[in-house]
Order: sequence, then C-alpha cells, then structure tokens
Amino acid sequence: MKHALIALLVACAAVTVSAQKPDRAKPPAIGPAPSLKLPAIQKQKLSNGLAVWIVEHHEVPLAQVNLIVRSGSAADPIGKFGVGSLAAAMLDEGAGSRSSLDLADALEFLGANLSTMSSFDYSAVRLSVPVSKLGDALPLMADVSLRPTFPASELERLRKERLTNLLQARDNPGALISLAFPRIVYGPTHRYGTSANGRPRGIEALTAADLQSFYRAHYRPDNATLLVVGDVTPAAILPVLEKTFGSWKSEGIAALVAEVPNAPQLKSRQVYIVDKPEAAQTQIRIGWVGVPRSTPDHAALQVLNTILGGSFTSRLNQNLRERNGYAYGANSFFDMRLSAGPFQTSANVQTDKTGDAVKEFFNELNAILTLVPAEELTKAKNYVALGFPSEFETTGDLAQKLEELVVYNLPDATFTNFVAAVSTVTAADLQRLAARYIQPDKMAVVVVGDRRVIEGPIRQLNLGPVNIISIDELFR
Amino acid sequence: MTRCITLSALILAASIGLGAQRPALSVPHTQFTLANGLNVILHRDTSVPVVALNLWYHVGSGHERVGRTGFAHLFEHVMFEGSMHVPEGSFDSWLEAAGANNNGSTTVDRTNYYIDLPANALDLALFLESDRMGFLLDDKAPDKINGQRDVVKNEKRQSVDNQPYGQAFIELPAMLYPAAHPYSWSTIGSMEDLTAASFEDVARFFRTYYVPNNASLVIAGDIDIDATRKLVEKWFADVPRGKPVPALAPPAPVLDGVKRKTITDRVQLPRLYMAWHTPPFMKPGDAALDIVANLLAGGKNSRLYRRLVYELQIAQDVSAFQQSQALGSNFIVITTARPGQSLDKLQAVIDEELDKLRAAPPEAREITRALNQFEANFFRGMERVGGFSGKADRLNSYYMATRNPDYFEQDLARYRAVTAADVKAAVEQYLPKDRRVELSVVPGDKQ
Repeated sequence: MKHALIALLVACAAVTVSAQKPDRAKPPAIGPAPSLKLPAIQKQKLSNGLAVWIVEHHEVPLAQVNLIVRSGSAADPIGKFGVGSLAAAMLDEGAGSRSSLDLADALEFLGANLSTMSSFDYSAVRLSVPVSKLGDALPLMADVSLRPTFPASELERLRKERLTNLLQARDNPGALISLAFPRIVYGPTHRYGTSANGRPRGIEALTAADLQSFYRAHYRPDNATLLVVGDVTPAAILPVLEKTFGSWKSEGIAALVAEVPNAPQLKSRQVYIVDKPEAAQTQIRIGWVGVPRSTPDHAALQVLNTILGGSFTSRLNQNLRERNGYAYGANSFFDMRLSAGPFQTSANVQTDKTGDAVKEFFNELNAILTLVPAEELTKAKNYVALGFPSEFETTGDLAQKLEELVVYNLPDATFTNFVAAVSTVTAADLQRLAARYIQPDKMAVVVVGDRRVIEGPIRQLNLGPVNIISIDELFR
Repeated sequence: MTRCITLSALILAASIGLGAQRPALSVPHTQFTLANGLNVILHRDTSVPVVALNLWYHVGSGHERVGRTGFAHLFEHVMFEGSMHVPEGSFDSWLEAAGANNNGSTTVDRTNYYIDLPANALDLALFLESDRMGFLLDDKAPDKINGQRDVVKNEKRQSVDNQPYGQAFIELPAMLYPAAHPYSWSTIGSMEDLTAASFEDVARFFRTYYVPNNASLVIAGDIDIDATRKLVEKWFADVPRGKPVPALAPPAPVLDGVKRKTITDRVQLPRLYMAWHTPPFMKPGDAALDIVANLLAGGKNSRLYRRLVYELQIAQDVSAFQQSQALGSNFIVITTARPGQSLDKLQAVIDEELDKLRAAPPEAREITRALNQFEANFFRGMERVGGFSGKADRLNSYYMATRNPDYFEQDLARYRAVTAADVKAAVEQYLPKDRRVELSVVPGDKQ
C-alpha cells in the first residue's frame, strides 16, 4: 500500500517538472564568472610610527588582530638555530605582571584565541576575539608582544617539550621526511636545511639571554605591522590601538638582518634512503631548490604546479592515485619564501610499490617539460583564478592575505592583479618555466621507508648514487 | 549586510569594554521536501561570490555488515568516479575547470559530500550531484571499485598503519562495543574486508542507502532562493525514491567492569587511552561532557593539562573529548608519558582529578571560562559557508540530529544551561572509575 502511494507521488512530481526535464546528455554551461570585490586596506600609523592596516569585515562580530614582526627563523644566528622560534613561543609564557597561567586564564575567559608563531620569514602574535571583548583583550596582547618576561622555569619547560617532540619524531615517517628533505637539499649550514625549531643539541644550549637578545633586535615598531580585520571601524579602533601599542619604542638602531643567501642549486641527481624498518608505506619526496616569493613568475608557477601536482586532477595525483592506486594522494608544491624555498613533489606509497612509484614521479616530471595541451591549461587556469575569491572568506583568511603583502613587501594591487596574471599564462610560458624550475635529472630523491624491501627496486631505477642515511643523522 | 547573524545595534563603540548584549544566532533558511523524499535546505549568504552545496546521506560505517567493514567509506570513494552521464574522471575535471573544490567524508553515522563553487557554476554542480544520486551504477562500476579499493587501502596505511599509535583507534571501538554492534569496528575497516567488497555490495548499498528519502541537501551562499529551488527540482525530481531506511537500534552497550589491554608499537613513549560510554549527540549529558572535556584538557589551566604537563611535567601531552555519535557517544582521555615516566603514574593523576570533580563542583569562573570559549567558537564556526564544518555542513548536521537546521541558538543554549552541579553529576554518572576501557600502547614491535 505504501509503495503504491509513493509511486503515485513520484508520478505526480514527474508531471509537474516534465516541462524542465533535465538534459543529462552534456554538462550544463557555466555562466560568466563573478568578480571578487576586495575590501579596501585602510593604512594608518600610530604616534610611534607603528604601521596599522585595517580591513573592515562586518559579517560576524569577531576581530582578528595580528602583529607581524618581519624577522623569523631565517634571522637565527649561526649556532643558535631555533632561537627565533623559541623566542616567539615564550612570548605568552609570562608577560607584563602576569604569569603564563594567568595570561592563559585571562584570555580564555574572554573567549579569545591568542597564538604566537614564527616561520622562516616572520614572527607573529595573532589574536582572535569576539569584538565585544576586543577592548579587554588588546592590553593582554600588548603585554605579550611588548613586555614578555621569559621566565627561566617556563623556558626549561618548553625546552623539554621541544626535545621530547624531536624524540617522538623518530617514530613518525611524516616527521622524518620533513626533516630529511630540506637537510639534503639545503645542507646542515643553510638556515632552510634545519627546521625552524632547530636540532636537539642547539635547543639544549639556548639561554634566556639568547631569547632576549633575539627579541630586542627584532621585535620593534620599525620592524612590525599591526593588522586588524573584522567587525571594526578605524575611528573606533585606532584610539584603542594608540593606547595599547602607541608607547612601544624602537631602541637603538634597527638590527641589520642579512638576507638569507640563495642556496646553491643541486647539480646532479642523488638518492637518499632513510631506513624506517617495517614501515607500511614509503614517504617519497623529490625536488630541489625552488623560487623566492618575489619571482615575477609567481602566478604562472601556480598554474604550472596546479597541472603537475596542485589539484585533485593534477598529473601526479591522477597517475599515482587514480591510475595506479599506489598512494592515497600525490602532490607538488613551490614553497616560496623570502629566499628560494624548496620545490617538492611527494606521496606516501605502499612499500612494495616504491620502485614503480618513483618511476612514475619521473615520468610526470619529464612529461611536464613538454607543451601542456590547451584544455588542461584552461582547466588549471580556471581552477586557480575562479577559486581565488574563496581565499578571502573569513577574518582569519583576510588577515593571512594581508600578512603575505606585509612580509613579502608586495603592492596592494597584488591580489587584484593575480587573476589577470593567471588569465594571460600560455602553454609556452609554462614550458619555459618548467625547463628552468623543474629539472628531473638534478633533483634529490629522498625516501623514508623499509630499506630491506625498497633499496633493491630503487637501485634498479639507476637514478644516481644511492646514499643510506640513519635516523640518528637527521637529529645531529 | 549581516545575513548569517542577526545583529542588533552591535557597533564597536558600544562594544569595546562595555560588553554589548549578545545577539541571537540565526541562519535564515528555506526548507522543502521533493516528492521523492529529498530534504532541501537553502540559505542565502552573499559575503563572497561562492556557493556551498552540501549533501548528507544518512548512512555510515555503522550500517555495514560484519565481513564488510570499511565499505561505507569505500563506497564514498566510488561516488567520485563518475556516473551514467558523467565519464570517469569528469566529475573532478569539470568541477576544477569551473573553479570548484569538492570532497566527502564518512563517519559511523553519516556520509557527507560537499562542492564549494563559484556562484555561476551551480547548475553544473547540481547536474553532477543528482547524476550520482540517481544514476551511479553503469557498466564501468566494477572497475571503479577495484581502483578505489587500492586507494582506500593506502589511505588506511597512511592514516593508521604508518602512524605511531595508529592501531589504538582500531582497538578502542573493539574494546568498547560487543562484536556485531555497529560501532564495534573502525570506519576505515580491515584490509581483509576491503579485499572482499564486491560490485554486488556496491549495487546493494547504493539501492538501499543512496536514495533521496535518506538524504538531505543544503545549498548555502550567494544564491537566489527561488531560482535555486527550481534548479533543485529540475535536477533531482527524476531520482527515484527508495524503500524507507530503518533506523539502527542495537542494544545499548554495557561495560560491567574495567577492560584493560596493552599493545606494543614502534614508539619511543608509552601512551594511555581511557574511554567511557556517554549519552548520544544532542541528548542530555552530551553538552555537559563537552564542558567536562574543556575543564580537563582545554588550555593551560585545565585540570589535567595543568597537573600532568605543566606542573608535574610527567606527560608530553593530554587531550580529552566527547566523541558525539547518534547511537551513543564515547568520552576519551589520551595522554603520552614523558621519557622515564610510567602510565600508572599518569593514570593515578587522572583519577585524582576525576575524583575531585566527583567530590565538588567546579568554580563558577572555570565554567564561565569554558562557556565563553564555546560561544566565541560558535561565531568562528559561522564565518565559513562551505567545506567540512562550514555553515552548510552544520545546517545538515543539525537537521539530522534535531530536524531543525537552524539549531545554532538552541545548540549554544545547551552549553549555557550547563551548571557546575551538572558537571559534577556528569562525571559521577558517565565517567565511573570501575566501568571503562583502559588501553596502553607501549614501546615494542609493531602489532
């Protein structure tokens, strides 16, 4: 009975919609793409010269305030790798008159998220808070940014935490490849060759005085920008910022930070195996020194990378995942920093397919050197350009985009121009760029896996000299 | 222009330092049901020119048969491989050519799919989504399952087998639930069962569960409500209704003592997992246990973090969470010992802290601090319209749990209603010392 009734309902529905029965013979056409209207950046200065950039975003009653310090781990002195990262981590472990626990309690009570971070290129204190509590949270953020106390007991605690993290990294193939690949491409002395946190021996030696001297040299208003995004207006927020950040003074002359030298490029292909007995998969990373963010080829390289390994339908993912089933996914990435960061392709593949998988990586790295077909180029350009507006959705997204402008000293029109730059990319451009930035016969092939099973098949590929690296070596 | 939150006179001058009245959370929406039973929820939000299409099928790994664990998730993979009018590979390549992103995920209770797209490509997304709902099975389907079987096995290797401590999340459900209970196996399933899955399984699963009367579609973002409604009717009306899907009703799992197990893994440091049975998502006790988790391990001042990690420094980390599920939830505490420290010592501290909460309710400030964080996170959660856990996904989540998509304010109210006495009662009632699971992972060979 119930079935009959259902059938009748379906029939009725079919009648009512028969006038617009869908045509499934071909995919529906796509209308003209919507344009993205980016909100204006309102640039101001506090009385002490601290630059303040404000973007109004009145969707949700939240505010995001990020203090950007234009020095990161790349400014770590030789022998003190990890100092910039640990200095940033210590900022909220005691500041002004408050202890670490008191600061955390005060911020959490406001529903605020305050985090401190440091990458190779910059350091930041980031605050996300309901706009109704912004006035209460800003003095706490100012304490953390301007008046950190670097207590000895907290330093010892974080030091132990970081050393234990590195101990645990020995268990984790993903952590091991992240240490091994840059170490091999950049070497142990270039700053990009060691993780921002540094190595165990260096972490053991860092002192509170080291942190304070890094802090004094780099955390100063003439080396910083304050970004404010959210449900705020300049008229209301500027007096509050003046009160909390306006008295911050630069002492002495700004630290002279030498630019990170461009690393020497790899000259010939070599293979490196990090033995991880009984690993269920092999972590593969193939690449070399890539490009800095300042490259005029930024937009075109995004398109090139999208085709090679930057999207689901990219060649690497289609090959290693969809066609061969060797991996859950495969990708590629130009890590663009102030100096040339790494270009890397990667996948985690099942151990018994390691040799086959590495071969397929090189098939794709070689194939990208030839002219990309028109349809594939159009798809990639559309994917990059049409997906771009979604990168500006939340207060956090917008603040992150502003960080990019500040850190890499890019013109305001960068994002507006990006879509146009993508649309002009040609297949010939990509071929020229691939020839320059993707040279498979010079790249490092780094794998973390079960040497007993994978060494033979890898050697059979005759890619170049094979080096065996112990896990211990990565932590020295 | 505030479409997602109704704000009353919330201007900064009034809010800084003065504490403005909190506006009610509201997500205005239009809801209707097609003749074939498909539930549809439309919400307009024009903050960026994107549209989030979010489709939930009310089937998860809990609906799998014994011997076919991991199948719901394997099936999810097959859904991206094309359908009758969409050649293999075209689902993704057509969407990428339109600037769209898409993905899917499977839990014990449901499978969700999203497509985030520029507003001009909605017609394409509806064509693709309706074609795989109505016409998934074509003559190429047997090959597709073989291809995705290898991919999913590598997903398991990547997310479980090659992860330190990865085996714990296979062991925990097996310890918590009796064999054959829908939650007794992990969503990723076993290699043997993934090998055994056949095309007949795919066809039967599709006809049983992937029917419009077992699904809910949310379209949120830069849309015109009337035009979108017409498009949905155009694309989905010819998808045939399926048989009603009976709700799962397994007997409630009972732990009548402490269940202990120790397994070994190639790890440097031992790790302890403690787990309890707790009330289902949205049922009384669920919100209180979220608050308990925050009091125990949410931030530096939380009780377990402060003692184990901050003061005693005998643990490297500690986490606690209420894993909310439709048939019944689990409360889980996880902690890793520092070198030279024993799991017994860590467990003794955890029991001391649970005893304290059983003996006396927490301070008012502690509860308020947790509530203020939940409230702020509600706002943060409403900023994004698409993806996993964006507004579109939450409208579907609320609809599945309560039949009311716009449950944001009521959900927040659940937390605001939790008192110190509720917290004490929740620990006493749901986290007993003598009925729980204790799993230790210690250094040794991989098991």
